[in-house]
Amino acid sequence: MAAPDCAIRIEEQFERWRSYLRRRRAIHDSDVEELEDHLREQVSALVDAGLSDDEAFLVAVKRMGNLDALSREFAREHSERLWKQLVVAPGATGERGASAGNEAAVAFCLAGIAAVAVKAPELFGLRLDEDPGFYARNLSLFVLPLLTGYFVWKRRSDPATRRWLAAAFVAAAVFANVYSLPPGISSGEYTELLTAMHLPIALWLVVGIAYAGGRWGEVGGRMDFVRFSGELFIYYVLIALGGVVLTGFMMAMFQAIGIDTEPFFVRWMLPSGALGAVVIASWLVEAKQSVIENMAPVLTRLFTPLFAIVLLAFLATMTWTGRGLDFQRDILIAFDLLLVIVLGLLLYAISARDAQTPADAFDVMQVVLVISALLADAVALWAIAARISEFGFTPNRVAALGENLILLVNLAWSAVLYLRFLRGRGSFASLERWQTAYLPVYAGWAAIVVILFPPLFGP
Amino acid sequence: MDINKDLVAASSTPLVLAILADEDSYGYAILRRVRELSGGRMQWTDGMLYPVLHRLERLGYIEARREVSESGRRRKYYRITARGRTQLAEERRQWQAVDATLREVWSALSCPLPTRRLLPQGA
Repeated sequence: MAAPDCAIRIEEQFERWRSYLRRRRAIHDSDVEELEDHLREQVSALVDAGLSDDEAFLVAVKRMGNLDALSREFAREHSERLWKQLVVAPGATGERGASAGNEAAVAFCLAGIAAVAVKAPELFGLRLDEDPGFYARNLSLFVLPLLTGYFVWKRRSDPATRRWLAAAFVAAAVFANVYSLPPGISSGEYTELLTAMHLPIALWLVVGIAYAGGRWGEVGGRMDFVRFSGELFIYYVLIALGGVVLTGFMMAMFQAIGIDTEPFFVRWMLPSGALGAVVIASWLVEAKQSVIENMAPVLTRLFTPLFAIVLLAFLATMTWTGRGLDFQRDILIAFDLLLVIVLGLLLYAISARDAQTPADAFDVMQVVLVISALLADAVALWAIAARISEFGFTPNRVAALGENLILLVNLAWSAVLYLRFLRGRGSFASLERWQTAYLPVYAGWAAIVVILFPPLFGP
Repeated sequence: MDINKDLVAASSTPLVLAILADEDSYGYAILRRVRELSGGRMQWTDGMLYPVLHRLERLGYIEARREVSESGRRRKYYRITARGRTQLAEERRQWQAVDATLREVWSALSCPLPTRRLLPQGA
């Protein structure tokens, strides 16, 4: 019996035992360490008593007792552990804690920079209340480069990637501002709003590339970014709710001593807080990744059937009563939003689904949702197509129409792929691949709106 | 002879506290000490000691510190606190009372301990 060989085998057994124990939620890493120390002492004592390594290991594990019972005891003692806690302050987890603390420091620094950056233009005389257009166009540029920087730092991106990311932001800054230089031209406002809305969408892809590190080319890397985006949205909303409560209290308390804090809120707290929170929320999502269940898929599960019911009821009522769509200015935007929501529901259902499991009732519900949304949208497009020549092609309408078509194509092909999967003639992975491959299309269209629309429709 | 689970559980607090009152120690050594002291009659399932230690730590009777042991691994050592000593004294009084009572009962039993089955009542 070769001793080193044996030592490797026993190490493997320890490793397996450790990973088995780690899967239990009530037993933390530090407990595993403590129990392992015990196991090793026991093994070495038994080996000293004349047992072989394997025998000693078996006896020691047996003496440790039933792990289910043990984990129950731990759960009884530490009931809080069954609630997964997001420990923001670095815990007593050794090296992992140290790097987590480091990361928190970086995140808070970047959030602070974002909060200050949005106030920096005031030094050059650009005040929010005097030139809201400038802030609207550049809003994403105050925070997204910092967020990208955070991921570049975290994923240790290589210099070439860094240069490309930086170039993207420089280009964005140029295109956001170059066309709108002469202020006070009224027709510029149209596209200014479009730029303000589309620049973040285009730049979000840049953030995604930084987020994915080297994995942007893979389905998995992009899907992780989709998951991240959904969770970020939820965390951001939660932080915003907290901010509302804080603001309410602040205003009420200072009101009581006769000080009006509204100017401070409007000029400092709201812009700085809103931008800083993006970085903080991203950091929280990163930190909690493995700790707490993802919320977006849970909401998806809840709302997919409800949205499907509403859409079906809408279609049924429309057919039954024979009412046509009332064509209004915003109808296209409303249907764009509907498609975005349906796409979101589809995307987050996909993101949480194990591609290996067979189709179930929820998948059927998804298909019903997608098809009913497509039908509703087709009705809307029909109504618009009939009237569009009458109303003319404004930049807003072209942008909204383009988005509608992009979403329509995505959902239509998704429906086809989903149906194939339901009939057992396609794999779920192909649906996943389609969705992740489609991500650059949204950013591409948004970039077109930002870059080409002002010269096309401008003065 | 196996000792009843409830008795093991009830005696675990004074045992652990008493062992730690002697000197600071860690899980495996505490168990070894229990085995020695009981002459092998008290068999704890090894893992179950740790939830007990964590409970005593939460109650403030003992406190833990991490140290690198002579084997080079990080190990959690436990030390009894002042509150733990007070608790130990209290436990000791209670157990002595139980022990004294039981002694009285045993001596009052004139016959030796029955090893045969007792007859059902009313027979």
